[in-house]
Amino acid sequence: MSRPVRFNIHPIEAKIGDAVSVAEAPQGYSGDGFFTSRLSDVVGLARKNSLWPLPFATSCCGIEFMASMAPHYDIARFGAERVGFSPRQCDLLMVMGTIAKKMGPVLRQVYLQMAEPRWVLAVGACASSGGIFDTYSVLQGIDQIIPVDVYVPGCPPRPEAILDGFMKIQDLVGQESIRRRNSEQYKALMNGYGIE
Amino acid sequence: MDRFFTLDHGPCTLDKEVIMVLTNETIQQRLTEKFGELVFHFEESYGMLSFEASKENNLKIIQFLHDDAQLGFRFLTDLCAVNFPDQPGRELAVVYHLHNLTENVRIRFKVFTNITGPDIFTASKLFASANWMERETYDFYGVNFVGHPNLKRILNVDEMDYFPMRKEYPLEDQTRVDKDDEMFGRG
Repeated sequence: MSRPVRFNIHPIEAKIGDAVSVAEAPQGYSGDGFFTSRLSDVVGLARKNSLWPLPFATSCCGIEFMASMAPHYDIARFGAERVGFSPRQCDLLMVMGTIAKKMGPVLRQVYLQMAEPRWVLAVGACASSGGIFDTYSVLQGIDQIIPVDVYVPGCPPRPEAILDGFMKIQDLVGQESIRRRNSEQYKALMNGYGIE
Repeated sequence: MDRFFTLDHGPCTLDKEVIMVLTNETIQQRLTEKFGELVFHFEESYGMLSFEASKENNLKIIQFLHDDAQLGFRFLTDLCAVNFPDQPGRELAVVYHLHNLTENVRIRFKVFTNITGPDIFTASKLFASANWMERETYDFYGVNFVGHPNLKRILNVDEMDYFPMRKEYPLEDQTRVDKDDEMFGRG
């Protein structure tokens, strides 16, 4: 039996407020013609909403990233409009896919070419832990050669998961103190990876 | 149209020989005529002839297969090794896949060596394509190709200190620390 045809005769009026989200202003004091706040908060707000990702895609997770970049999921909604392909311009290294041991030094060099502050997102099981490739030729997680900020599980993760990981990176970026990269802990972390 | 018929082709060098199909029997016969007892273990699997020789004679036989007008195996399809850990003294086999492109006939030729002194003469002087394939075979099985111009690792990292396709080594990376064997059912 065929279904009766229905027409949407009561469409919901589009509200511009539902489609556009405005970043909340950081805490501070405002008065006539001035606003004071912490510099870290303002810088963090600016950074987190204009991250430039550098995709390092080596396998199927890269295909999911392409979907995340495309209009349907659209990572540009989160301020990552500009996907850069030069490490010197980018803030966020997105490693997507199996990293063979021979690719390890290449990935490390790309990371070293990025200017501080820089963040790393390991997308998928392979980049996070070697995944199913528990074998002599595959790096068992990129955190063996470079520090990683956020891991996205999945084999491969759905674009929603990649976006979720990206938003976790945004949280980290927004909360990061502008002095963190000069701290002793950060230097110790870098030295742990043999990076001066 | 006349100009098409004025081209001078020069003397024709191709002699039309008697058309003869190159069967596995003829190959075996030709090899036994030439080498006698030096070639052995002839067998045919799925229609493809394979045979064996001692490793000292590998180049002589490949050269003959290449140069002989009747055989004409002028293309090296593949060169690889196989590890047989339960055959003492014959642990490593080096297999040459040869192809006669005019007759479209393929054969396999094997030589065996022990794993303690895996020295095999290089075929890279006969086939340029053997250069990289022998490097790969060295990389994964540690076969030492004597006379190879550049015998070093080709696919694995240079720092690797073992030959990963030999069966004495497990598949998994032994240096990993973050994967608990018990969690993977290998405890």
